[in-house]
Amino acid sequence: MERAEVEAKLTDLLVDELGLDRDKITMEATFEEDLEVDSLGVVELLMALEDNFGVAIPDEEAERITTVGEAVTVVMEKLG
Amino acid sequence: MLLQGKRLVITGVLTDDSIAFHTARVAQEQGARVVLTGFGRARRLTERSAKRLPEPPDVYELDITSADDMAALVAALDERWGGVDGALHAIAYAPEDALGGRFLETPAESAGTAFLTSAFSYKTLAVGLLPLFRKAGGGALVTLDFDNSQAWPAYDWMGVAKSALQSVTRYLARDLGADGIRVNAVSAGPLGTVAAKSIPGFSVFQDVWGGRAPLGWDVADPEPVAKMAAVLLSDWATSTTGEIVHVDGGFHAIAAAPTE
Ligand SMILES: NC(=O)c1ccc[n+]([C@@H]2O[C@H](COP(=O)([O-])OP(=O)(O)OC[C@H]3O[C@@H](n4cnc5c(N)ncnc54)[C@H](O)[C@@H]3O)[C@@H](O)[C@H]2O)c1
Repeated sequence: MERAEVEAKLTDLLVDELGLDRDKITMEATFEEDLEVDSLGVVELLMALEDNFGVAIPDEEAERITTVGEAVTVVMEKLG
Repeated sequence: MLLQGKRLVITGVLTDDSIAFHTARVAQEQGARVVLTGFGRARRLTERSAKRLPEPPDVYELDITSADDMAALVAALDERWGGVDGALHAIAYAPEDALGGRFLETPAESAGTAFLTSAFSYKTLAVGLLPLFRKAGGGALVTLDFDNSQAWPAYDWMGVAKSALQSVTRYLARDLGADGIRVNAVSAGPLGTVAAKSIPGFSVFQDVWGGRAPLGWDVADPEPVAKMAAVLLSDWATSTTGEIVHVDGGFHAIAAAPTE
């Protein structure tokens, strides 16, 4: 999958499945501060990534994700 | 199969790390029919996790502190099954100021919330499901304990609630025996779930466990706990009630790790 494709798919799932505001989603936006995702929301985000991209994201790697762009990077790495 | 045809209510599935998730999985593999309960916002996660089980079960709303939720659940299950053979209580919660080493400062209200949600709730679940257990001619309840016979760092009022939960287990066993309902607890070693990660200093448990438990301990493997819960829910434990079964690698029996 191309990066742009992952970005678009991720943006859709953030809006459709996590109920985030599309206007606030940029690649630089942080989940906790900018998008106001709490700890339960982060758990949901990780499961949504796994479900939608068919990848498994271990805790150590999940901890690296603070922005939307970083989530895209981790997914890209997993997709190989 | 161990749980062939058993109708089970499994609370407490949040993620696929949850102890309850693995109990539901093992139960399905052993022939049980399973429904899950979830509550509030977390229910979206329960629904998501349900899809990762061998046979995705239905999810019912149950905030254990809501009498309305319980009434609706019982009505739905009565209609669906006309009885229940077993239930897993996998519910615990303590407010932030009841955990993490501020034991002396925790307000009564927060300690009370920990008790009500984590210990009293076992009674709530048992009494709520009682009519359905009676229709089934008896059944089994299992809860998940963390052994608090000695004080831990950070565990604080959650620990006190767990001590209460052990006691609740015995009193429920006393009062429900006449209905043929067994009431037990599995006392688990530390496992890396969402609930565990929310305890500040959880790594302390992890660090001491492996060295002291004669069988060793894997914080990433909830299956041994799930299997024991399945046994206690099954007809292989028909004369066991009021019991706390440790599934902790033997940690509780050993006072200190051998010196190297
Ligand atoms: N993880 C461990 O190290 C460990 C060890 C021993 C015992 N336990 C116990 O196992 C049980 C399950 O926890 P887990 O570790 O699988 O974590 P978990 O976070 O996956 O599960 C905790 C569950 O409690 C539920 N819950 C909280 N408040 C509730 C309420 N008001 N109504 C209904 N449900 C509510 C949550 O929805 C969640 O599903 C808990 O009782 C926990 O104390 C855990």
